[in-house]
Parts: sequence; structure tokens; C-alpha cells
Amino acid sequence: MKTRYMNPYLAGFLLGLILLATVFISGRGLGASGALKAVVSSTVWAVAPGHAAHSAFYQGAHPQGKSPLMEWLVFEALGVVLGAFVSGVISDRLTFTLERPPHVKSWVRVAGAFAGGALFGIGSQFGRGCTSGAALSGMAVLSAGGFLTMLAIFGSAYAVAYFFRKLWT
Amino acid sequence: MGPLVPDVISPELDLVVAFLLGIAFGFVLEQAGFSSSRRLTGLFYGTDFTVLRVFFTAGVTAMSGVLLLSRLGLLDMDVVYINPTFLQSAILGGVIMGFGFVIGGFCPGTGICGAAVGRIDGIVFVLGGLFGIFLFGEAYPHVLNIYTAGSYGDLLVSQSLGLTQGQFALSLIVVAVTAFGITTRIEKRVNPDSDSFRFPLRAHRWAGAGVLILGVILAGIGDRKSILLAKAADPAWQRAHPIERMTPDELAFHIIDGDPRLVPVDMRDAAAFANMSLPGSINIQPPAMLGKMWRDELGQDHKRKVFFAQDEQAAVSAATLAQLLGYRNIAVLEGGLDGFASSILQAAAPAGVLSADVAAAVRFRARAAAEIAVLIKQRGGVKPIRQIKKVQGGCGG
Repeated sequence: MKTRYMNPYLAGFLLGLILLATVFISGRGLGASGALKAVVSSTVWAVAPGHAAHSAFYQGAHPQGKSPLMEWLVFEALGVVLGAFVSGVISDRLTFTLERPPHVKSWVRVAGAFAGGALFGIGSQFGRGCTSGAALSGMAVLSAGGFLTMLAIFGSAYAVAYFFRKLWT
Repeated sequence: MGPLVPDVISPELDLVVAFLLGIAFGFVLEQAGFSSSRRLTGLFYGTDFTVLRVFFTAGVTAMSGVLLLSRLGLLDMDVVYINPTFLQSAILGGVIMGFGFVIGGFCPGTGICGAAVGRIDGIVFVLGGLFGIFLFGEAYPHVLNIYTAGSYGDLLVSQSLGLTQGQFALSLIVVAVTAFGITTRIEKRVNPDSDSFRFPLRAHRWAGAGVLILGVILAGIGDRKSILLAKAADPAWQRAHPIERMTPDELAFHIIDGDPRLVPVDMRDAAAFANMSLPGSINIQPPAMLGKMWRDELGQDHKRKVFFAQDEQAAVSAATLAQLLGYRNIAVLEGGLDGFASSILQAAAPAGVLSADVAAAVRFRARAAAEIAVLIKQRGGVKPIRQIKKVQGGCGG
């Protein structure tokens, strides 16, 4: 049997302390989508440098000659992978599996995960961060934009949840 | 004073710190159950409010900590990265991400966690995320208008609601504790088998009460900046904590002497400073003293910091603020810059027969006026504004 999850309030408290330590030490918040952006940026710079050089998006995020992977959020995200992996080992949750309700076909779940990821990718660029970088970290420093993005994420998710209920229930 | 980067921790070491903080972040996310898409989406169907509990508790904890640290003067919020507010883009992005959450079952951070413990849907979600960012990058020129519209800079949510930071913190804590209570009732009804409320109720009630008390304290203590500025400008406080005065003659003497232990601190606005400034002087706006920016210049005890503005009184508030912040060896220029101009720079020749002492003083002032005028001319226009070096953070780039 798999071990139980941590008490959510305790987990939240610890997460809050980690975020506070991040602000106090590095003067910034935690994030996730920023690391994905660095991966995209470094790939485009490697595959099509001419294209990247002409794009305000790639030039703005990671100017020519500066490695996009030598970035705070990339190191942090690598840590997230390791930390989550260790946690999975300790709590015996390490299984290679596609998580879905029994009645949902595998390809539907895979397609949903990809489409959802793509939407999150696009949305996180408009929002200048995702649930971690904009909503949670924004909350810690009382950023108005962070709160707006947080309200928009959860508001829109609740508003459309009914239409996608077959995916989950 | 925090943040520790770059003064205490070098930018290179900061990357190691990032890795370590990331490990802790990923570990706690996974322990909370955030590697499971079904657990995450339970939030939207009333079956599992774990996400709300973890997210809100984390946000309230970090926010309260930030407010307390900055109130105690341990964290300089002028340096910390504040997510900038772009109205339209923030809302549009959030709405799109809401769709992504319900359809994909993850957000980027939790997707990475899911992938790390072998969830195939987590791996696919992260790949989808990369693809989405690539699409945005290609469409960037076409969406630039909306991306940069409605810019409010580093707007704080408390400012936008007309509250103090502490009052906002209290409101958010009340909302969070209320939401915890209500959602637990909902969850009990919708999903009676959920394990998330099999925890000791009594302990949680105490914790809730404790957090509410913390909120009241936060609302009560106000923010450090306005308290210190108000105290420094308070005449009663100024009378009780007098600052030494320096006479124009003494200042003139130190200036033409080229005394390295003198720092004239000009509190006038940047435009006036650029137009004319005393030799060796620095230009500081009073609120900027609260942070780390001028600590090196003001913190050297062996140097005498002479505060002045156009008139004496404006400089007294600033010098009192510096004293409140713990800086030592401070003085205020008697009569302000106006007095310095009338008694030294444009001193009128006194009429009549002068005693030897007065005649010597007059000769000194005339010499000082001439030499200082040359020094001011040599100095020319000085760029006074030093930008606060903000940390570059955030995911938006």
C-alpha cells in the first residue's frame, strides 16, 4: 500500500517557508514555466540561430551568446525533479503509469495532457508566470498582477470544469 | 539585510541555492500529492480540496513572513522582484491557464513533479508546455500589443485596494481560514471517503485561531516605511533626539580642505542637484535610505555625514531618519543651502570698521566662496540618480 500524503496544511506551511527563504536569499520567487521557456529558447537558439536572432521573443528572453540554461529557474527546476523523485522513492509512489479514470481511454488522456500543457505554456507567457511563478510567488510579495492571474486561473478552471467532467469523474 | 544575493551570496552560488531550494520545493509538492493529476483536479469537482489548502497556506505563510521580515528591517523589498502587473495579459493568461489546468490535469510545477515520479501524463503535459511556449514565441509579434497593454509596474494588491499591507494580509487570512472551513464541509459531503480530513480537528482549530491572531498583529503593526518616515518628521521626536548642527563656515572649511572624512548629503530633488551640487556631495531621496542602496556611503562611522536641503528643516527630518536607521556621525547644515549661499557663496561685504576677528572671517569667506565656486564649476552637471538594482526574477523574462 502506498503511504499517505502529508497533511496539506503542514505541506503548505513548509512550502511557504521554502518560498520565504527563496525571497530572503535570492530576492525572487519560485517558478516552473520559466525553466520550460529556457529549454524552448535554448533549443531554438541551437536549431535555428538565425530565426532566434530575428525574434524579439528569443532575443529578449535570452540574448545571443548567453546560454539560456545557465539560469536560476533551470537549476531550481532540476532540483524539483530530484526532490520529487526522492519523495516518490521514500513514499513508494514511483511507478511508470498513465494516470486516468478507468473509463477514460489512454489516448484521450494523453491528448488532454498535451493540449492542457500547451494551453498552460501559452497562458504562462501571457501571465508572465504560472501557478508557481505568478500566482504563488506573486502572492508572497503582494503583487497585484500575481493575484489577478491567480484569480483568473482558478476562476476559469471552475467555470469550465463542468464541460470537461468526463475527463476526470 | 536580505536579500542575501548578491552581497552575501555570489550570483554563482545563487545557482546552487536555486538547486537546493528546488529540491525542497519538489519534495514538498510531491509529498502533498501534487504529482497526481486526479488529486489536483479533485479541486474543481469538490472531491479533494488539497490544492486549495496547500496553496493558500503556502501563500499566507510566505506573505506573512515577507511582511514581518521587511517590518523588522531584515528584508529590503525595494530590491526584491515584484511580479509586474500588466492588466489584460495577466487576466488573459490566467484564463488560458485555467483551461489548461482542467484539460491537462497539471500546472507546470506539478507536471514536472508527476514526470519525476513516472507519470506518463506528467511527461506529456511538460512536452505540451514546451510546445505551447514555442507557439507563443512564434506568435509573439502578433500578440505584443495585448502582452504589454495595461502596465501598472510593481503595483501591490494592497495599494490597488486602498489598504495597508497589513490590512490586506488580515483580510486574506480571514478569507483563507473561512475557505478551509467551508471546503472541508463540502468535501465531507461529496467525498465521504477522502482521507484529507482525517486529521485531529482540535489542533487545526487552534492553528486557525493562531493564524487569525497573526493577521491581527500584521494589520496592527503597519509598514516599516511609513512608520519611520512619520516618526522622523514628528517635531516632538526631533526635539527629543536633536541632531548636531554644522555651521556654514565649518562646512566651507572642510570642503576647501578636501577633507575625505566629510560626506555632504544633498536631500534636494534630482533636478536641483543636477543643476548645482556641492563638491563631493551625494544626492539621496529620504525613502531610499530605508533600503540597502546607500548603506555603504552612510554606514562609515568615521565619516561625517552633513545633511542639507534648500532650508534647514527639510534636512532635519532626513537626518533624523538616518539616525533612526542607526547611522552615526550625522550633522545638519545650519541654515540649509540658502544659508550657505548667503553667508559664504554670495556673502555681502560688511560695511564699517571691523574688528580683527570679523575681518579674518570675512577674508576666509571670500576665499572660500572663490574656491568653492571653482570646485562647483569643475564638478559640472552630475547625474544624481542611482537606480535601485532590482533582482531579475519571474518566469515571464
